[in-house]
Amino acid sequence: MKKNSVLRTSGIGKYFYDPVKFKALDDITFEAYQGEFLTLIGKSGSGKSTLLYVLSTMDTEYEGDLFIDGEKITGQTLDKLAAIRNKNIGFVFQFHYLLPEFSCLKNIMIPALKLGKYSSKEIEEQAYKSMEVLGVQDQALKPAAKLSGGQQQRVAIARAMINNPKIIMCDEPTGNLDSKNTQIVFDIFQRISKEFGQTIIAVTHDNDFAKASDRTIELADGKIINHDLKF
Amino acid sequence: MRSVNTEIALTHLLSRKRQTLVAALGVTIGIAMYIFMNSLVMGSNRYQDNAVFKTTPHIRIYKEDEMSKPLRADSSGNNKTVIINPKISNITKNLVNPLKLLEDIKKQKDVTSAALFVNANLFYNNGKSQLDGNALGMNIMEGNAMFDIQSTMVDGELKILLNTPNGIIIGAGIADKLSLKMYDNVSIISSIGVIKLMKVVGIFKSSNTFTDKSKSYMNLAAAQQLQGKGPNYVTDIYVDIKDPEQASKFAILLHELTGYTAEDWQSANELFVAGKKIRTIMFGCISWAILLVAGFGIYNIMNMTIAQKLNDIAILKATGFSGSDVVKIFILESLIMGILGTCIGLVFSSISINLLSHVYIGADIGYFPIQFEPLVTFQGICVGMMVTLFAGYIPARKAAKVDPIEIFRK
Ligand SMILES: Nc1ncnc2c1ncn2[C@@H]1O[C@H](COP(=O)(O)OP(=O)(O)OP(=O)(O)O)[C@@H](O)[C@H]1O
Ligand SMILES: [Mg+2]
Repeated sequence: MKKNSVLRTSGIGKYFYDPVKFKALDDITFEAYQGEFLTLIGKSGSGKSTLLYVLSTMDTEYEGDLFIDGEKITGQTLDKLAAIRNKNIGFVFQFHYLLPEFSCLKNIMIPALKLGKYSSKEIEEQAYKSMEVLGVQDQALKPAAKLSGGQQQRVAIARAMINNPKIIMCDEPTGNLDSKNTQIVFDIFQRISKEFGQTIIAVTHDNDFAKASDRTIELADGKIINHDLKF
Repeated sequence: MRSVNTEIALTHLLSRKRQTLVAALGVTIGIAMYIFMNSLVMGSNRYQDNAVFKTTPHIRIYKEDEMSKPLRADSSGNNKTVIINPKISNITKNLVNPLKLLEDIKKQKDVTSAALFVNANLFYNNGKSQLDGNALGMNIMEGNAMFDIQSTMVDGELKILLNTPNGIIIGAGIADKLSLKMYDNVSIISSIGVIKLMKVVGIFKSSNTFTDKSKSYMNLAAAQQLQGKGPNYVTDIYVDIKDPEQASKFAILLHELTGYTAEDWQSANELFVAGKKIRTIMFGCISWAILLVAGFGIYNIMNMTIAQKLNDIAILKATGFSGSDVVKIFILESLIMGILGTCIGLVFSSISINLLSHVYIGADIGYFPIQFEPLVTFQGICVGMMVTLFAGYIPARKAAKVDPIEIFRK
């Protein structure tokens, strides 16, 4: 079967200048495919988060090129990048970053309302559907602050999925969760990538989590030292 | 459909009702004070203008005293220069061919009324007591149209003067000092020594005691007789125009038209005009200062909000909201606070203006000279919106510049 590439980098490098000039990423070249559950691991400080931010299009100060879905991302305007993120990328972080004044349902709907492709009724239906998939439909109308950590993280995943993005990027999505919730989140990612064909790129510290993913890229000192780590 | 930006802004405001209200109340006080103070200034300026226009025309045309030239070059050619003492050289103060001038002036656009007057200095005598003063000779109906003399009358009627060739309407101060009543006779001596017995047919009381102690009104013919002159003798033409603020420009035009001095009411009342300016500037500064404080209130609260909402801003930007979306959200929030505050401010200022306009001051001012001023109100709304927009824009722009990566890294 031919694999469809959804994200590709070529020779990405990044420097930090504060407090001293420091090369955080060095010649990062790799590809991620459609429906792939990809994990990034490496020691603390090896540049995993830094790489993820470059891939996320939020960081624009790097060298090399980034392509998402065949389109060159490097050099686009900030507004265009925002639109690309809205449509093509979902985010899950260690912290949920749900808006505290809004209900869970609204939190999930906001990126879709921003996209403006569907009516708010359709969006609401879609949001309920993904909440069902994630098992948080009962929490829909509660404010985000009133949920447990595991539930919050699942609402955040539902938000990341609402626009049916090509890629979902995660930075230690299970970092705050106990082993039971970690297992739940992992199963969800598996399902998303296999059933919906979305690509997951997740930074993790958890070797078991990485082991069970489709492929693991290992970083050290800003370089890729292993494209398909075998445990 | 309501845009998602609006929805976020409204949710933010509703989840912080108290803060929103506090910021709005700042604007309320600012707007209310701005409108109230400026209405106050407008009202009292208008009152004082009216007081001035009771004795001063918008433009007065008269013959200025001419000075003789101190040096006169000798014309006989033997290089001698004659030196003479400079002094007033014109003997008569009358305008030449006043009826023609009046006709020309009345033809001008924007002239609402124009009339002929004779100014005469004189003494009022009753028995042994004597008082100096000045009389204004005129057609009393034309004079009334300009100065609203009727409203100052405390005794007698203007109409009686029309039918009494030697009638005189005197100030209340003259009546007191010379103990004159209606229909008493008073003997008048003019500055050139003409004596005339006149009958009091009215007494007026203006807002100026000096005027009341010296001024009188009489028919044009009577004043001309006092000057020992015939019916062509006229010293002044008074002109009223549509917009008194244009008087100084119009005076130049009338000067060119007539060749005589044309003095606008502002130059005739410089002290008063200066007072008006000081008042306007002073209250203007105070009301702006209050508005600025209100602006700072909004600025402050928006700044605080944004500092608390860095996480939210970061995730919004990550999920596809652009910098300008973020600006819109926060500008909208301050705008809503501004509009809310302005609306309450309008209610407050209306109430306080209404209350003050029912305060009785007495004298001839009567009730406090303040009323609803549409222009000031409109200005207040605009200025209030501008201040809020500006106060909201600075923090909003800061919010738009938040770098989400820096937030997520924490
Ligand atoms: N804003 C910054 N300024 C300067 N140096 C930075 C900055 N951000 C990251 N670094 C440095 O870049 C390197 C890579 O950081 P990064 O956060 O990508 O590590 P990481 O692999 O995600 O580590 P962890 O597993 O602890 O999250 C580190 O040495 C860090 O000190
Ligand atoms: Mg990291």
